[in-house]
Amino acid sequence: MTTKLLTALLLGTSILGTTGMALAEDVTLNIESWRGDDLTIWKDKLIPAFEAKNPGIKVVFAPSAPTEYDAALGAKLTAGSAGDLITCRPFDKSLELFKKGNLTDLTSLPGMDNFSPVARAAWQTDDGKSSFCVPMASVIHGFIYNKDAFDKLGLKVPTTNEEFYAVLDKIKADGTYIPMAMGTKDLWEAATMGYQNIGPNYWKGEDGRLALIKGEQKLTDADWVEPYKELAKWKPYLGDGFEAQTYPDSQNLFTLGRAAIYPAGSWEIGLFNTQAQFKMGAFPPPVQKAGDTCYISDHTDIGMGLNAASKHPEEAKKFLEWVASADFATIYANALPGFFSLNKTPVKMEDPLAQEFVSWRGKCKSTIRSTYQILSRGTPNLENETWVESANVINGTDTPEAAAKKLQDGLDSWYKPAK
Amino acid sequence: MAAQTRPKKPIRWHIGVFLAPAVLVYTAIMILPLFGTLQLSLFRNIEQSQVFVGFSNFRTLFGDPNWSVNFWNALRNNVWFFIIHMLVQNPIGILLAALLSSPRLRFAAFYRTAIFVPTILSFVIVGFAWKLILSPIWGVAPHLLDFVGLKSFFTPWLGKEQYALTALSLVSVWQFVGIPMMLIYAALLSIPDEVIEAAECDGVTGMAQFWKIKLPLILPSIGIISILTFVGNFNAFDLIYTAQGALAGPNYSTDILGTFLYRAFFGFQLQVGDPNMGAAIATIMFLIILAGVCVYLFLVQTRLRRYQF
Repeated sequence: MTTKLLTALLLGTSILGTTGMALAEDVTLNIESWRGDDLTIWKDKLIPAFEAKNPGIKVVFAPSAPTEYDAALGAKLTAGSAGDLITCRPFDKSLELFKKGNLTDLTSLPGMDNFSPVARAAWQTDDGKSSFCVPMASVIHGFIYNKDAFDKLGLKVPTTNEEFYAVLDKIKADGTYIPMAMGTKDLWEAATMGYQNIGPNYWKGEDGRLALIKGEQKLTDADWVEPYKELAKWKPYLGDGFEAQTYPDSQNLFTLGRAAIYPAGSWEIGLFNTQAQFKMGAFPPPVQKAGDTCYISDHTDIGMGLNAASKHPEEAKKFLEWVASADFATIYANALPGFFSLNKTPVKMEDPLAQEFVSWRGKCKSTIRSTYQILSRGTPNLENETWVESANVINGTDTPEAAAKKLQDGLDSWYKPAK
Repeated sequence: MAAQTRPKKPIRWHIGVFLAPAVLVYTAIMILPLFGTLQLSLFRNIEQSQVFVGFSNFRTLFGDPNWSVNFWNALRNNVWFFIIHMLVQNPIGILLAALLSSPRLRFAAFYRTAIFVPTILSFVIVGFAWKLILSPIWGVAPHLLDFVGLKSFFTPWLGKEQYALTALSLVSVWQFVGIPMMLIYAALLSIPDEVIEAAECDGVTGMAQFWKIKLPLILPSIGIISILTFVGNFNAFDLIYTAQGALAGPNYSTDILGTFLYRAFFGFQLQVGDPNMGAAIATIMFLIILAGVCVYLFLVQTRLRRYQF
C-alpha cells in the first residue's frame, strides 16, 4: 500500500516537474539583494512593469538579511548558485567582486550614458575605465527643519553660514525648541550628518575629494579643517547631554517636535513623513558667503550588476538596461522617497520633501562622501577615524586642527597616492 | 607465582566510552578552533592566498603604532574594567552573601532571586536597558537624581570619555554581582554550625566572627570568584558592543580587548576584516588569560589553606 502511494507520489511529482519545465521556457532571472524592506515594491511595482514590456523574462527578487548579505553572496558566488543579478554595495566590496571575476564588465551597456561620472564612480575600477554596476540610487545630505517652528519664531530658511547661526541663536534664545537634534554617542552622526554634510562646500565637492585621493590636498589643509571648525561651533546648539544622545534619540527628538533643525540624510524622509505631526522643509548645507557655488553630498548607495556566471546574460542585460532607464527611476524614486535615482533625466516625484532635496541637484554640484573611495582601504581606517574625530571635535575633546592632523597622519601611514 | 594467580586486569573500556562524548564535543568546538586561531595568527593573506609569516603579525601588533596604540589602550581599559569588578563586584557580592546568610533576615529567598536575576538576562537587554536608564533625554536617572536634589550631579556618563568605561563597568557589576553572591553564600552555608558555636563559646561574635572565622573559611571561594572574574572580564565584549557599538566610543575610551578583536577580525563599516590580525589579538588574549590562570593555580591556590570538616 505504502509503496503504491509512494510510487504514485513520485510519479506525480515527476509529471508535475516536467510540466513545470515545459511551462518554464520563460527565462527566470534572480536578483540578489540586501534590501528586504523593498520586497513589496519589487514584487508589486518594479517587476510587473518590466515583465509587461519584456514577455518571456520572469524576474524573482530574492533578498537576504543586510548583515548576512555580503557573506551569503560570497558563498553563493563561490558555489555557483548566486542569482543572475547582483545588488551592489558601493566601492570596495563590489570592486573586490569585480576583481575576482564575479561581476561582468558593463562599461558598454547602452544605458550607462544615463549616469554622470560621479554616479558611476562608486562602481568603477580605480582608473575609471570599467564600470561593473548600474547605479540605482543615492542619498542626499542636508538639513530638515520643522516648518511650524520656523513659522512660529518668524525664521527664514538660512542660505549662508551667517544666517544659519543667526537662526540657531534665535531658536536657542526662544528656548521652546532644541536648536539642532544631533548626538555624538553613535559617532557616525557627527561624521555623516555633520562633517560629510557641510564639508563639500569647503573642499569644493569633487575637486577636493579627487585632489585628496591624488595626494594634492591634505586633510590638514584649510579646506578640510574648516568644516571641523564649524562643527566645533555646533556644540552649544545641541540638546542637553548630546554626548550620550543616540541616533534614534535624535530622530525622536525631531519627530516629536522638540528640536527645530535636524542634520539629515534623505533616507529619513520616509520615516519622518509617517512620524512627524508637523510640516517639514529642507535646506542644503549653507554656503560661506551669499553667491558661492553650493556643493551637496549626493552619495551613491546602491547599484546592480550582472553575475559573470549567469546562464542568461542577454536577458539580464536587458533587465539592467531597463534599470538604467528613466522608467525604472520614476517608479523606484517614488516608491522609496529619499532614495534618489541617479539617472540624468530628472524624475518626477510626488513627495514634497524629496522634491526639495532633489532640486538641489539643479543648483548645486554633487559629490560623494570623501572617505569612501580608495581612502578607507587601510589601517587605520579613515572612515572609522573620521567618525571618532568628528565626535571628538563636537564634544570639544579635540581641536579641529588636532583632529585633522590625526586623520592625515593615519592616512599617511598607509596611503601613498600615485604620483 | 603471584603473576600467574592474579587475573589479568581487564581493559576498562567503559571509562573511554563514558568520556568520549564530552571529549569529542569539547575537542571539536573548543580545542580545534583554539589551535586554528593560533595557526591563523601565523599567516597573512597576500594576494588572495594564505602565506606563513611567522610572528610578523605580532610584530605589527606591538611594533606598528597604528595597532599598538589601540592595543595598549584596549588592554589598559580592560585592566581598569577588571579592577572595578574586583573592587566593587566581589566585595558587594561577599557583603550580600553575608547578609543573606544571616538567620534573622526575612525574605532572604526573594532577595537572593532578585539579585541573581540580572545575571541570566541577555547582554543585549542589559545594554539597552541601561542605555535608556542613563539617557539624558528619556532616562529615569536624571529624574531620580532630581528627586533627591542631585540633578547637578548628572552628566551623560556614557558619552563622556572620562566616565564611560567606569559607568559600563558598574553596569556589568550590577549584572554579575549575583555570581559571587551565590558562590560565597553557598560557602557560608557549608560552614558547620559546630565551628560557629565553638567560636561563640570563645566569645567571638558579630563582626569579629565574620573576619576571624568565616572569611578564612570562604577564601578558596573568593579565589575561584577572582579567577572567574578575571577570565570573564578579559573575554568581555557583549556589553560594550551593545551599549557603545563596535567603535567603543567616545574616542575609544571604552575599547576593550574584545571589541578591538571584533573590529580587527570582522571589520567594521568600511574597514575590511583582517582575520589574521584578529587571530593574533585573540592569541594575545588567550595568553593573557592563560597567564592569569597560571598565576592563580600555581601561586595562589597552592597557598590557600583548606579545611576539612
